Amino acid sequence: MRPRLALESITKHYGSFVANDRVSLTVAPGEIHAVLGENGAGKSTLMKIIYGAIRADAGEIFWEGRQVSIPSPGAARELGIGMVYQHFSLFETVSVVDNIALVNEGRFDRPALAVRIRELGEHYGLPVDPQRLVHDLSVGERQRVEILRCLLQKPKLLILDEPTSVLTPQAIGRLFGVLRSLAAEGCSILYISHKLEEIRQLCDGATILRGGKVVGSVKPAAASAAELAGMMVGAAVAPVTRPPAVTGAPRLAVRGLSLQPADPFGTALRDIELAVHAGEVVGIAGVSGNGQAELLDALSGEVACAADRIMLDGVPVAHLGAGARRQRGLAFVPEERLGRGAVPGMSLVENALLTGHRAGLVRRGFIDADRAAGFANRIIEGFGVRCSGARAVAASLSGGNLQKFIVGRERSLDPTVLIVSQPTWGVDVAAAAFLRQSFIDLSRQGAAVLVISEELEELLEICDRIAVLFRGRLSQALPREAISIDRLGLLMTGVDATAAVA
Amino acid sequence: MDQLLIPLLNGTLVAATPLIFAAIGELITERSGVLNLGVEGMMLIGAATAFGVALGGHPAWFSAGVAMLAAGLAASLFAVLALGLAVNQYAAGLALTILGSGLSALIGRHFGASSVTSIAKIHIPGLSDLPLAGSVLFGQDPLVYLALALAWLAWWFLNRTRAGLVLRAVGEAPQSARAIGYPVLRIRYLATACGGAMAGLAGAYLSLAYTPLWVDDMTAGRGWIAQALVVFATWRPGRVVLGAWLFGGVTVAQLFAQTFGLRVPTQFMSALPYLATIVVLVAISRNSQTLRLNTPLSLAQPFRPDR
Amino acid sequence: MNGMYFERRAVPSRVMGLAAPVLALLAMMLCAVPMLRLAGLDPVATLRVYFLEPLSTGNGISEWLLKANPLILIGLGLTVGYRANVWNIGAEGMYTIGAILAATLALRFADGVHHWLLPAMMLAGMLGGMAWAAIPAFLKTRLNTSEILVSLMLTYVAQLLLSWLVNGPMQDPQGLNYPQTALFSESATFSPLVPGMRVNASIFITLGAVALTWLLLERSFLGFQLKVSGAAPAAARYAGFAQARLTWISLLVSGAAAGLAGMFEAAGPLGQLSPVISPGYGFAAIIVAFIGRLRPIGVVFGGLLLSLLYLGGEAAQMTLNVPAALSRSFQGLLLFCLLAADVLVEYRIRVRA
Repeated sequence: MRPRLALESITKHYGSFVANDRVSLTVAPGEIHAVLGENGAGKSTLMKIIYGAIRADAGEIFWEGRQVSIPSPGAARELGIGMVYQHFSLFETVSVVDNIALVNEGRFDRPALAVRIRELGEHYGLPVDPQRLVHDLSVGERQRVEILRCLLQKPKLLILDEPTSVLTPQAIGRLFGVLRSLAAEGCSILYISHKLEEIRQLCDGATILRGGKVVGSVKPAAASAAELAGMMVGAAVAPVTRPPAVTGAPRLAVRGLSLQPADPFGTALRDIELAVHAGEVVGIAGVSGNGQAELLDALSGEVACAADRIMLDGVPVAHLGAGARRQRGLAFVPEERLGRGAVPGMSLVENALLTGHRAGLVRRGFIDADRAAGFANRIIEGFGVRCSGARAVAASLSGGNLQKFIVGRERSLDPTVLIVSQPTWGVDVAAAAFLRQSFIDLSRQGAAVLVISEELEELLEICDRIAVLFRGRLSQALPREAISIDRLGLLMTGVDATAAVA
Repeated sequence: MDQLLIPLLNGTLVAATPLIFAAIGELITERSGVLNLGVEGMMLIGAATAFGVALGGHPAWFSAGVAMLAAGLAASLFAVLALGLAVNQYAAGLALTILGSGLSALIGRHFGASSVTSIAKIHIPGLSDLPLAGSVLFGQDPLVYLALALAWLAWWFLNRTRAGLVLRAVGEAPQSARAIGYPVLRIRYLATACGGAMAGLAGAYLSLAYTPLWVDDMTAGRGWIAQALVVFATWRPGRVVLGAWLFGGVTVAQLFAQTFGLRVPTQFMSALPYLATIVVLVAISRNSQTLRLNTPLSLAQPFRPDR
Repeated sequence: MNGMYFERRAVPSRVMGLAAPVLALLAMMLCAVPMLRLAGLDPVATLRVYFLEPLSTGNGISEWLLKANPLILIGLGLTVGYRANVWNIGAEGMYTIGAILAATLALRFADGVHHWLLPAMMLAGMLGGMAWAAIPAFLKTRLNTSEILVSLMLTYVAQLLLSWLVNGPMQDPQGLNYPQTALFSESATFSPLVPGMRVNASIFITLGAVALTWLLLERSFLGFQLKVSGAAPAAARYAGFAQARLTWISLLVSGAAAGLAGMFEAAGPLGQLSPVISPGYGFAAIIVAFIGRLRPIGVVFGGLLLSLLYLGGEAAQMTLNVPAALSRSFQGLLLFCLLAADVLVEYRIRVRA
């Protein structure tokens, strides 16, 4: 049987950096094939080459036995390749119909298209209203639109890039059902992920990438998670140790926080109650779009509200700005590294100054250049940040190293409360483990740590208590021992109301 | 009162016409995500070119056509920098305005006090002779009607065609548009060149119909007012026309202040359009939600496609 | 552009940082050749008149410095704002209002000898510029309105205000009905540094401003906040830097600089007010700021370069019968070339094999 897709020795450089190094893989018709690897291994680059968004420097692509070249996404679509992006390529101010019309060739006929969308949605169990504007849709619904957009082209190969990072456990189950029925109809599926359990559940075959090279080609069901992890990382990764928490007084207390969003497409916060004590790590789970950004803005001080809604060590701070809250011991690592946590075009020394200026780096209005450089160097050494020195520009660091720098900076301020958002997104496994351990260590030194993350596995690994944010409401924070993934999943879809705060 | 109303309405429509051309052009450019601050410069290039060509004895439509070409080329120069080299769009646009202003004066240095035949107003027997509405509705020069037609065309293009949808998508999320395969930069180049051509047409109207004489810097800030109009209209063609009528009216008002016996210094009346621009900008910008909902999301941000 | 693409450098190239303005100047002259030919002018002769002749006499050097003075001063003020991504395009208007306020003082105290008058006029100039800048600052911080269009509209308003004043309330009663004010008294005028030449002591104040601006931007924490808020506004909010305060400071600083420059011109070479008190300094200063790569030392060079263009324009007008507008064309062309050359500072060009 001819393979549907065969890649031979695909190579792609970015300057001196090799993103894909002689990568070869085959996908049979009707096969669900995983491409496995940690962040930075080259998965996304490979997919972009298959989908025609970028061109390989060397190597061949064979489609159903014939050699082809794929110069553009349009050409890929013509062959029958569809791509569902990780960070969707949908247009928010435009309706579902129009979004789909953008990839549809042929006459521009909205009503007919709307009918087809409805039919297809029902057939595959992905119902969606064609007239709704995309910004009104939840993340799960948006993914449905992305998938439907591909299905309308009757693809023979469907590529999904990290599709489950934005789904609740129940929605993941439904997605797997859709994918299995597609595969049964003969459509091949390329499934990109770093989530080992899912791959073992869903996929027939897997190709493992590490550092741009193929390091293995296995049947996931036959290998254990540990084996797969080992191949992905190339070395055993020490698991995170979480000594029992000895909690003290509440350092961060949120009472009855309700807030209207500034962004017209945002989520309103409703009656948030939360307390994070000294010595513990508390996690907030939830798919993004449920109020995380708004909650973080309120906690960090970028949005002000009534003074007593947020207390830091018993002192009302909700009316204060970010700078004043830092002075009282708050530190914050945002989700967006470049552009918010750090200024891309500025050096690490200057970026250290961003929140580090309180550490005695500014005297009488003037910057003490030596002290600032020393501060930055201590962070670089203490957190193992790989860079070309403190003068290197933030944009030149890899995701993991920049995140280590930012976390290191915030920790160097000796905070009493540390809030981090999506701390290991786009970060390689080794750095991620390092960072997670550092959060636990910080809490055991007496600080209060709050982690907001979409990755349930991460929260289960490091948190002492976990709460769920859904549609702007926060559930009670349950102790780690009382939680399972299923329970969290139910809370994330709002089904389980028993944990809701009275 | 009757004697004043007709000239006032006529004056308003005529004064609004160059604003409509320039603003619709810039609207298309901005909807694709490009902010071109060079409208004033492109209008001046258009005005000088059209006047020069007309002085050579060519018919108005030809002169206007050459003007559109010249301004479109100037806009393309801006596009090479802003799109090809992803340079700061504000600075590049300003450079275009300054260059355009200089070039137009250079072209115009030999024009002296010559004049060209102004574009003739149309005359439809029967309709144009109707009392009151006749000359206002049916007795304008053809470009007045063209401006309104182009505004309608822009609306139809943006809302009823796929190409318009693609343009809006590119302006909202260029990375996503590229991801699904649209040539973002090429689309933006086209939109910018179109915007330039329209600004050139606006300038041509000024020197061929509005005041068929040449004066240095004869646009007197109209390019900037057109820019403000786009914001005021929240990037919608229909509102652009309404805004242009409002500004046309304000511009013409100074001629009538005298008649009403208002003892206001001429400078104050001349300042009215600029003050009015500030007022309408404030009015539309106050509500940051409205502005955020309507501004093309990627406006003025450099786009560097990853390879 | 198909085979070419840009690769971001790990550290911005220092070499290119210094070379870019020079490259831009050369590129501009190259582009000017066909442009001049098309306009029916001899390229070599024109360029010579523009760049070499003005500096060939002592008086020429004096005029060069005289014109560079306001360009550098305004350029410094604009630099502070542009680093913070606050786009003040209305420096011309702030210059005008500063001149008007300074002139008001001069005319009020026209009789007698007052040693405090000149410094008071400088203060008035700065306050005038700041007042005019406060309008876009207020509208931007409180009412979310674009400072670009507001400041620009206000330049037209300021010009019309000046026109009204010199035709009316401030007109010289003994002036034979010309639209101009009376000449300022000696106490209200800068005396020339060298007799017979027009350059005066105000250039030293501008030099002081260069040092102050450098201190602000490179060494002070306020300057750091301005730079962050310009480079990454979300990071500035994250760090707790107050955006509104930074916007106000940016606009007020550029307003004060422009207003002071207006006073320097009124109390210096002009000696009075008339409908035209600036050959477009406020706009040329925008280019000066960019040529100077938004750095104080660079602004000095940029100011000197653009001053040369102005002088060249005047010389060309006299000897070659070329309109002064040619200068503007050069200015615009120079800015284009500079923006293009600047790309090479942050990015390397790579060609796909």
